[in-house]
Amino acid sequence: MSEAVKFRFDVDGSDFSSAGAASVMVKKKLRQLGYPPEIIRKVSIAMYEGEINMVIHANGGTAEVEVYDDVIIITLSDTGPGIPDVALAMQEGYSTARENIRTLGFGAGMGLPNMKKYTDSMEIDTRIGEGTTITMKVYL
Amino acid sequence: MKISEISKLLDAQILTGEDASDREITSACCSDMMSDVLAYVKDQGMLLTGLVNSQVIRTANMMDMHCIVFVRSKNPTEEMLELAQECGIVVMRSSLRAYVACGKLWMAGLTQDTEDCDV
Repeated sequence: MSEAVKFRFDVDGSDFSSAGAASVMVKKKLRQLGYPPEIIRKVSIAMYEGEINMVIHANGGTAEVEVYDDVIIITLSDTGPGIPDVALAMQEGYSTARENIRTLGFGAGMGLPNMKKYTDSMEIDTRIGEGTTITMKVYL
Repeated sequence: MKISEISKLLDAQILTGEDASDREITSACCSDMMSDVLAYVKDQGMLLTGLVNSQVIRTANMMDMHCIVFVRSKNPTEEMLELAQECGIVVMRSSLRAYVACGKLWMAGLTQDTEDCDV
């Protein structure tokens, strides 16, 4: 296996308008690397939803993308409040986002389910008061 | 339908991406909820919306859309237009309401793949 191509981004939690900038960047890089559009779409949508979630719920965090020969791994880490009930959070339509987030076009409770839908595997490691790390894999 | 034809049909002003106005659009969707666009929309080439923020451009980019129509004369910011240009997305603005704009597009034959678009 050749060496992985890695990208790392700090996601600014204080500015909603810049949320998703890292995903736009990753999409561009994957296009330059010549990956199929369907793979790029899956990776970028899942990462974008995750980035938005980190800004809405966790005051930002870090996003890492590792590109191997057979898999792309996206790791999103934050030091936010954690997810008290993961099964509930995974339900479509369940959201704890504030009303002002809905006026910005988000907070429909589709973020986590959508991240799962667009990736081949998703693991959530969350600790109350400490933070959440989500690891998603898309196989090539 | 070409983007230039859509612009005429909706009496819309192209704000950025004029050089790509020959591009064909075969399907469209309309929503102010970007969460729903990301969750439900499949292979739609164009987004009509009345929501104005940078996430509209990023959402369209994530979904590989080619064109965004801001309805109800909503004005995207310079920053949004720059982002759209960077992503290769044509942006236009129409004074029509979303319902009327969608109706005109449908009547003109832009009906393909709409069973996948439930927002």
